[in-house]
Amino acid sequence: MSENGALCGTYFLNGDEPCAEGAMSAGCRFFAGYPITPATEVAERMSERLPHVGGIYVQMEDEIASMNAILGASWAGMKSMTSTSGPGFSLMMENLGLGVMLETPCVVVNIQRAGPSTGLPTLTAQGDMMQARWGSHGSYEIIALVPSSPQEIFDLTIEAFNLSERYRVPVLVMSDEAVGHMSEKVVIPEIAPENLVTRPRPNDGREGYLPFKANDDLIPPMAIAGEGYRFHVTGLTHDERGYPVMTAEAQDKLVRRLVDKIRVHRNDIIKYEEIGVEDAEVIVCAYGISARIARLAVQQAREESVRVGLLRLITVWPFAEDRIRELAQQVKAFVVPEINYGQIVLEVERCAAGKARTLLVEHMGGSVHNPQTILDAIKKVAK
Amino acid sequence: MTSSTKVEEYITDSLLRQDRMPHIWCPGCGIGPAVGCFIRAIESSGLDQDKIALISGIGCTGRVAGYVKLDSFHTTHGRALPFAMGLGLGNPELNVVVFSGDGDLIAIGGNHLIHTARRNVDMTVICLNNFNYGMTGGQMGPTTPLNARSNTSPYGNIEYPFNVPYLVAASGATYVARWTMLHARQLEWSIAEALTKPGFSFIEVLGPCPTLYGRMNKMARGMDSLNYYKENSVVRNGADPKDVDLTSDGPIVVGKFVDIERPTFWEQCQLVIDRAQAKKD
Amino acid sequence: MSTREIRISGFGGQGVVLSGQIVGQAASIYDNGFSTLTQSYGPEARGGSCTAEIVISSEPIGYPYVQNPDVLIILSQEAYNKYKNSLSPDALMIIDPDLVNSDADQTPAPLAIPATRMARELGRAVVANIITLGFLAAVSDIVSLEALKNSVLTSVPKGTEEFNTRAFETGYNYGLEHGKRNGVTGG
Repeated sequence: MSENGALCGTYFLNGDEPCAEGAMSAGCRFFAGYPITPATEVAERMSERLPHVGGIYVQMEDEIASMNAILGASWAGMKSMTSTSGPGFSLMMENLGLGVMLETPCVVVNIQRAGPSTGLPTLTAQGDMMQARWGSHGSYEIIALVPSSPQEIFDLTIEAFNLSERYRVPVLVMSDEAVGHMSEKVVIPEIAPENLVTRPRPNDGREGYLPFKANDDLIPPMAIAGEGYRFHVTGLTHDERGYPVMTAEAQDKLVRRLVDKIRVHRNDIIKYEEIGVEDAEVIVCAYGISARIARLAVQQAREESVRVGLLRLITVWPFAEDRIRELAQQVKAFVVPEINYGQIVLEVERCAAGKARTLLVEHMGGSVHNPQTILDAIKKVAK
Repeated sequence: MTSSTKVEEYITDSLLRQDRMPHIWCPGCGIGPAVGCFIRAIESSGLDQDKIALISGIGCTGRVAGYVKLDSFHTTHGRALPFAMGLGLGNPELNVVVFSGDGDLIAIGGNHLIHTARRNVDMTVICLNNFNYGMTGGQMGPTTPLNARSNTSPYGNIEYPFNVPYLVAASGATYVARWTMLHARQLEWSIAEALTKPGFSFIEVLGPCPTLYGRMNKMARGMDSLNYYKENSVVRNGADPKDVDLTSDGPIVVGKFVDIERPTFWEQCQLVIDRAQAKKD
Repeated sequence: MSTREIRISGFGGQGVVLSGQIVGQAASIYDNGFSTLTQSYGPEARGGSCTAEIVISSEPIGYPYVQNPDVLIILSQEAYNKYKNSLSPDALMIIDPDLVNSDADQTPAPLAIPATRMARELGRAVVANIITLGFLAAVSDIVSLEALKNSVLTSVPKGTEEFNTRAFETGYNYGLEHGKRNGVTGG
């Protein structure tokens, strides 16, 4: 147990549990959620453990309320989180957009299951990747991280809080049932305060405070309720004062900044892992559970002397565009196994821009790829 | 902002965002006077205004948050209550007020309304009921009286409306009142009482919408509604909420209907923390 | 890198997932190695088919699923029928003979422990899975005896440690007595 009550030590946990622990280690003290398979264990863990660190767990009436409650808590200065799966994620979309518009730090966890609709509640998929990017209406940028193990869920949940506080944007942890329900050893270290980010705060006087006047880095310092700033925020298009302005010019200025504040910092945000790409002619680009399956296929292909490497995406949004463009100059082809009928492959194809071939290895969900199908795809494009 | 008389300063001025005037509300609308009552209630309550947070949803009444000089949040349609709950639980020193319309709070936000009342979340909800959706041009909603006309009930409304005080009282609200715009003093006093009372307080305010609901229902001037309130209202403090439904031929029963004590959600949350930590130690 | 795999399969309510949790925790926490537990089950809280699979390794595990199990603990006829034909020759199968009728011609013959009956005799049917794990400790070295024992103790409800230790030892002793299979220690 660390000083602030967060857990420390080595445990054998399923993926949902260290997600909750990571949140508490990051300083999350407010969780609002609604039970849904396969994300329920995150909420259960929060309901058990949050009170130990003085935090509040609220079981909401639905996921719409959950999303709004964490936004409200964030404006009271709390680090806040919710967790869900496909159907609930769909319900959260409108107010995820409110979080983007109000530039509200918070973390939304999606333990993906197979859809559309109710789909396969207990079985895995990676079908919400484009929803994560485009699910709410309007133009915006978001940050989404994809863990591939229980340990990484812990690490990336902390990272998600740090990014959301740094860039004032909701951050998505896009895990899936396979990782969420898989148990492995998780090392929970004591997190030093200097490794935790807190949102930029205004240091000017209260008079004349402009809630959406950004610093040079495009991020506006954030006041919280009750400090005497008397600020106004709205989901309407607004100016630096936070006041609604119904013009194309105001829309241009605001939306451009909301998008650019992520885009210009993308190299600080984007993380990926590369294995054996130096001499590769073929790159398997994968993420989450699929990256672990792909890794075996890559190993097997290497044993058969195919020059293949693995690019494992850790940050999926913003997309590792620059790196894929670079690699496209070097390799013959990208193989993209994902548990959907083609989502991230579209991004890879866009960035490869005809310089390298792109091959989807699709899977409709309900289980993971057979490594052999990925191996076959590698060999097919390596010829 | 329709008066032609120049007045130096109103009591409400210090709490209005003058740089946002003129407001968008129509002449004769009930929202502005209700905001006036709200502001005077804040002044008379003596509460620390820096600690009052105001949350609105969407609609004509949803614009209230934008005009009052408090920490104020204009959220999405129907979602003011869960947003406000998160805000209040995040900082229990805040005095949280939701000011929104009937469509916002009772139709699209109806689920949140009953659950926020059930939990007895510490907040004051002021629901301006003008019997229709004003912002979108006068459509029927869950408070539109039976047979009333609107732009989506051109043959008369076939749905029975909610008895709003009964709904929130049954859901668990610990303070429930209803006033019309004509009862400005009582409303102001009631808001002040609700602001200082812990738990979930709900005040329904009947206000005219002359431009839309009124025009379609033979009350085209603001005064027509006020006359209607004057002729039909009866004050019955302590009335059983089940007896206060609004009918076309019955009285408008106004008054304070519920004023009871129950632990607030914040207190219950502290109970969980105490239990968990006692178990750990 | 040595990787070994266990599959535990039966139906919901038999403690299949808890058994997997105990074995996985034993390997990764108490034997200080690495393990991955995955599970599959239907929507039923009780009675549906249920499988827990554990990959154990001395190094971090990439591919997380069981491909070719070294040890199978089979607790339902359905599971037996499903898995009996895809065994590698040196795989060790453990069955509860009161729940599973194994084929007479299966070679090598599965090891049998009537854990459900033994648990009832001890007084509580729910400890059948712990008895089976004691048996596993006796007939296989896939996880160490100490690790498995420790893992049982930290996984069972507080206040039941003593009873579960007794159950574990009952299974372990039964394994020492009846668990030899032509000199093969299994796993």
